[in-house]
Amino acid sequence: MQLLGLILLLLGGGALAALSERLHRNAPRWLALGVIAASTLYLLAIPVGTEEQAAWIPRFGISLILAMDGLSFAMVALTLFLGLVAIVSSWSEIEESPGFFQFNLLWTLAGVVGVFTALDLFLFFVFWEVMLVPMYFLIAIWGHEARAFAAMKFFLFTQISGLLMLFAILTLVYLHYDASGVITFAYADLLDAELDPGYAFLLMLGFFVAFAVKLPGVPFHTWLPDAHTQAPTAGSVILAGILLKTGAYGLLRFVVPLFPEAALEFRWPAMFLGAASVIYGGYLAFSQSDFKRLVAYSSISHMGFVLLGVFAWNTVAVQGAVVQMVAHGFSTAALFMMAGALQQRLHTREMGQMGGLWLKAPRMGAVALFFVIASLGMPGLGNFVGEFMVLIGAFQVDVPLTIAAAIGIIVAAVYALSLMQRSFQGEPNAAVATMPDFGFRELSVMILMMVALVWLGIYPETLLNLSAPVVSGLGVHP
Amino acid sequence: MTALDFQALAPHLTLTGGLMVVLLAVSFWRSHRAAFALTLLSLAAAFIALWPGLDAGPRAVTPLLMLDAYAAFFNGLFILIGAVTALLAHRYLEGRAGSQEEFHVLLLASTLGAMTLASAQHFAALLLGLEILSISLYAMVAYPEEDHPPLEAALKYLVLSGVGSTIMLFGMALIYHATGALGFAELTAFAATGDRADLWLSAGLVLFVIGIAFKLSLVPFHMWTPDVYQGAPAPVTAYLATVSKAAVFAVLLRFAVDAQLLDLSSGARVSVAMLFAIIAVLSMVVGNVLALLQNSIKRLLAYSSIAHVGYLLIALLVLNALPGQSMAVETALVFLVGYLAMTLAAFAVVSELSSAADGERDQIEEYSGLFWRHPVLASVLTAALLSLAGIPLTAGFIAKFYLFAAGVDGELWGLLWAMVVGSAISIYYYLKIVFAMTVRGADAPAMPDSAAGVATAAALGLVVLALGIYPTPLIDWVRDIAQGLQRLP
Repeated sequence: MQLLGLILLLLGGGALAALSERLHRNAPRWLALGVIAASTLYLLAIPVGTEEQAAWIPRFGISLILAMDGLSFAMVALTLFLGLVAIVSSWSEIEESPGFFQFNLLWTLAGVVGVFTALDLFLFFVFWEVMLVPMYFLIAIWGHEARAFAAMKFFLFTQISGLLMLFAILTLVYLHYDASGVITFAYADLLDAELDPGYAFLLMLGFFVAFAVKLPGVPFHTWLPDAHTQAPTAGSVILAGILLKTGAYGLLRFVVPLFPEAALEFRWPAMFLGAASVIYGGYLAFSQSDFKRLVAYSSISHMGFVLLGVFAWNTVAVQGAVVQMVAHGFSTAALFMMAGALQQRLHTREMGQMGGLWLKAPRMGAVALFFVIASLGMPGLGNFVGEFMVLIGAFQVDVPLTIAAAIGIIVAAVYALSLMQRSFQGEPNAAVATMPDFGFRELSVMILMMVALVWLGIYPETLLNLSAPVVSGLGVHP
Repeated sequence: MTALDFQALAPHLTLTGGLMVVLLAVSFWRSHRAAFALTLLSLAAAFIALWPGLDAGPRAVTPLLMLDAYAAFFNGLFILIGAVTALLAHRYLEGRAGSQEEFHVLLLASTLGAMTLASAQHFAALLLGLEILSISLYAMVAYPEEDHPPLEAALKYLVLSGVGSTIMLFGMALIYHATGALGFAELTAFAATGDRADLWLSAGLVLFVIGIAFKLSLVPFHMWTPDVYQGAPAPVTAYLATVSKAAVFAVLLRFAVDAQLLDLSSGARVSVAMLFAIIAVLSMVVGNVLALLQNSIKRLLAYSSIAHVGYLLIALLVLNALPGQSMAVETALVFLVGYLAMTLAAFAVVSELSSAADGERDQIEEYSGLFWRHPVLASVLTAALLSLAGIPLTAGFIAKFYLFAAGVDGELWGLLWAMVVGSAISIYYYLKIVFAMTVRGADAPAMPDSAAGVATAAALGLVVLALGIYPTPLIDWVRDIAQGLQRLP
């Protein structure tokens, strides 16, 4: 029960962090940091390929099935790393009830780890929902001015699409039961379910909507800018860095493998939505004046590549989507952390009130420039590898949509550079007299993420080798 | 009546004995605390008596009562809820002018009525139990008799519940006219051989359903519910929302299983199943939509309970769709346990924050910042509300999951869609309360609470979570009961 132990470690650590607030104001922070460090060490001790199973609700053939293959390992490692980033970025931002804050943070991470490792559809759904509630609290309690609206919108969107998925899961299990006489929620068994094509298409749509909302793909994206903008920095880091990836992971692990024919039938509309997200997200990002909102919209654009890659469903494109997931996790987390740092210093997110900040804080400027460049897809950095591979793969499937998505990269250059221009360069804003630069705490995390992106850009084999057996095992076309 | 009959009746007899003791005690010795302690003792004794009762085996005592595991299951639940209500009411009534002792007598009497309903297998027992339960409840609702809202609520409840009983009684009379039977089992015999298309039978069944719908506050017979819930003292609302609903549903389910008159579509004039399906969808939609508009938590929970009983009817219809399977009864029992736990937890918090002396605290704005003022109660209320909204790892999720699974099994797609839409709407209003509790800087007067009340609420919150995290023991237990009720191997 190693994987369950990892989840319980995060849950238990969260509970302890909440209680430790009584001892000292800083205790929850250090404790959370310790829990993340312990979890990381523990994760490294679990061999890739571990699978464990225990009965849970035998009445419905529901078991605790947790497994970790290369893909899951990569996603869990990303989750823990960004958890560390989130804790560090909230170190001095969260003044009120730090204990309950760290509690919610660690419980969200536990839910996400569960999502990435669960191989029982019921268990997966439970984790899927469980990561939402603490996230809701993070936004609702520690968010910015319009948090009530943003938190509610976030919860309603994901919850309602989750209900559709639950409906689809149950119908799938029932159809499988009807045909085979065995009632089970186990992923491995349901993979073999023989479905009537009409049913399969509807069920596939039920799953697709839930994951496309989380991804988010146009037209299900409207919750994202509000939630990201209003969330506290740590919340945005986790939302953009990890929670969006659960949607992509779901598409990759569940939608296509469970319903291969239906997904093939749905390929064009899905790829169209992917390309549309790339362009529309980029277009909307360019028209923002709020630093954080711009980054939020850019996420929609970048995750569009993942949608495109998954539904192209050949090895290059799917591998590219995996790289894009990880690379985007780093680059957006860093940009949200930057937005949070700016807001903490300037008490605004409006780029109109920034300008020339490089002069005041050169270290912040350099870091921002690096991640902006990464985000626009500079060769040599991780995001480029991901987007490029997705485009190569998608090109073999649908040329016009690939060309459209490739144009999105140009849009990315426009909004990313304008972000840099409006905040850090140009005429210094007279209203900003002084601004403290990054200290050791913030800089060290940023450097870690830079190293990760460079590594991913120069030697993506580390990740590709991890995910290659998984991707081929999912039945990807060559 | 043999010795074994008395043994089977032990829980009822023990509680009746306890009731007499409390009644006599409070006439000679006026002490709220003593009456409260004696009440808890009586309930505990009745609870212990459940085991000798079970040992007597499934046993029909007189043609009226059937004492089986199903009855014992509900009796146990009602006794526990009665004890929780007594605990909540003890603090709630403290500090009020006048005497509080009789409240506990009424509580014991209404619990006895509920227990009678759970074991009723005859129309006479049904009516008897229903009236014992309801008449005690009228007085419990009006107990703070010098305040205006409880009196108004009690009067409204008295009149409308009386109308409901009358309609039901008339329905029973017509069924008797058509079939010559009053016992559920005798009705089964008629269902097998008699003329189902008989006009009086159809009319009688429709009236019976309407009467039941009044008692379960299903749309369109729900008008009394929000007003009575809001006006009644909070502990009584908790009792009303849990015991009185579950007891009526218990007897309805036994009637549906035993009498097999649910679906008259085979040559009948009206389909009772269709009637229930329409009422269920209306309750889900109307309950959830009207709950959106409420500012009072008690009214909001009233509408939410209307919607939840609407969901519960799906189990009844699955019974009709899957004859000879235990799924439906199982679903109903699991759902009821979940519903009772989360509803009681929510009302326990409301009750703990209110008191007869200071008045009810049920406006949502009064819950602003509860997280920072009273983390335990706020956490319990959050757990209860998330459970009502059907979030995983809570009892409410397992309850809804079961309904979903049973509904898919019975292919009741229309009802399931209504439930999906209803649940989606409901998330909004439950979350509204949760959000209010997280608001900072809201000042509110200090609230009186008691360690016992807070501990009770916390225990209920833990039950809600435990049932959601590991429901297997409950499922196994309930399965046996369902198979026993349906006489399945």
